[in-house]
Amino acid sequence: MVEGIFVEGLVYGLMALGVFITFRILDFPDLTVDGSFPLGAAVMASALVGGMPIWAGLVLAVFAGALAGTVTALIHNELAVPSLLAGILTMTMLYSINIRVLGNKANVSLLKERHLITALLDLTENVMGSDVAQLILFGSIAGIAVLLLNLFFHTDLGLTLGALGGNERMVVAQGSNPKVLKIIGVGLSNSLVALSGAFTAQYQGFADAGLGVGMVVSGLAMVMIGEFLIRSNRIHWLLIRVIAGAILYKAIMFGGRYYGYMIRLTPNDLKLITGLLIIGSLIVTKTDVLGRLRRRRTR
Amino acid sequence: MIRLEDVSLVFGDGTPDRVEALSHVSLSVEQGEFVTIIGSNGAGKSSLFNAISGLHPPTSGRVERNEVDITQWPEHRRAAFIGRVFQDPLMGTAGNMSVQDNLTIASYKGMKRLRISLTKTRKVELRDLLAQLDMGLEDRMTDNVGLLSGGQRQALTMLMMVLSSPDLVLLDEHTAALDPRNAAKVLELTRRFYDLYDLTVMMVTHNMAMAIEYGSRLLMMDRGEVILSVDGEEKRSLTVDGLVQRFHDIRGADLSNDESRLA
Repeated sequence: MVEGIFVEGLVYGLMALGVFITFRILDFPDLTVDGSFPLGAAVMASALVGGMPIWAGLVLAVFAGALAGTVTALIHNELAVPSLLAGILTMTMLYSINIRVLGNKANVSLLKERHLITALLDLTENVMGSDVAQLILFGSIAGIAVLLLNLFFHTDLGLTLGALGGNERMVVAQGSNPKVLKIIGVGLSNSLVALSGAFTAQYQGFADAGLGVGMVVSGLAMVMIGEFLIRSNRIHWLLIRVIAGAILYKAIMFGGRYYGYMIRLTPNDLKLITGLLIIGSLIVTKTDVLGRLRRRRTR
Repeated sequence: MIRLEDVSLVFGDGTPDRVEALSHVSLSVEQGEFVTIIGSNGAGKSSLFNAISGLHPPTSGRVERNEVDITQWPEHRRAAFIGRVFQDPLMGTAGNMSVQDNLTIASYKGMKRLRISLTKTRKVELRDLLAQLDMGLEDRMTDNVGLLSGGQRQALTMLMMVLSSPDLVLLDEHTAALDPRNAAKVLELTRRFYDLYDLTVMMVTHNMAMAIEYGSRLLMMDRGEVILSVDGEEKRSLTVDGLVQRFHDIRGADLSNDESRLA
């Protein structure tokens, strides 16, 4: 059960990393996520149903996500549309596209397919429990993602992406084309989101066109919860705390799902809780309650 | 090196709000020149810089660099050989990034590579460069730039500008927002970098005494036109009163308070 929280947190943590890149690094609030997450799931499911190997499905999902992000960035760049509207446009179009990718169905079951999780369980059947095996697998995947992103944000290109969110004029003055940088950044973000969607489809055993509803909001909640856990301006901590925030978010949601009945909560209330979590985080940040508590304790 | 040919910059053409920010400006700046530019608010000084840097491409006319037509080049492409420092110290640096990150981004112009160039050896080099500024920044390399003072940020912007060795430097009242002590420091830095890096400088200032003291040529702008260009011996013998008199002679006696108009 506890393993389940961690595994879900790690899988969704990839999506939260994508949200972190657009919202926090690029300062490009991108709502494509609600469409690119189920896009990743749909591409993965169709690839498996079509008999493609698992790795090919994952690669295709990543490319599909990058493409979705590129479309959003292009709408924003070339038509001078605010990032929010550009993201909503892509997200809305993706709703139709995702159903097409799923073969004109709203959902596709993977119960009969051999996918990442079933392959993993076959491999580790006599060695360890299924929960532990999944924990190790997704822990390593999240670890590798954080490691690679940390490396990327230390390169000259990665640093420039960071500066883009802080001061676009400075980036232009240094001779970089902000339009190209936005395509790279939003594309990278959505490829992570789609990859997370692809893993989710296999973890849950199905892909659904409605999988992405409220996804960007929960991603943002994960990012904001993480920001309470660790304070730093070093990029590796910023990345690690996104994953930590994702796990804690999943724990809170788990609590809501299993113990919420005591205060008459139903699973339908979880989106409301997510929204309230964000509002709560904003209030705590704005009033600096934590800072005041910390100062009182050290006094 | 940079040549403007009959450049006009018009905003809101065909509306009652039509503004001619630049009116048929022709100008040529040679390698190694240090040009100071004065003029009242709205005289077209910043518009001139915008036309050169590509922020606002001219409505008509031609901009050339070393005989190559760059009139249609976007700003980021021209930035490869132009360094610009603004009045606002926040404009030239990314406040959410550390001092060393900012310097790394400024180390070369153009699309950045997928390579980590901020190595241990590079950090030592950057430290030495920062020490030159004499602002204590060499000990704050991992601090976010947002934590620095305006003077420190502007000095850092100057260093970032020369790191990529630009051909042409546009200084847009770059000391106007600083306190006198920091303004003097940044000006001193301007002169030092001009000598050290063989820069070509165009500097806009509101301070007539400064425009006279610095540089090899002085331009006076008014209502979108360059109305006076003084260099050589004539420039060296200029005084503030003399400058006001010249303005008076050119623009006629209908202006009652010329000094306030110029300053």
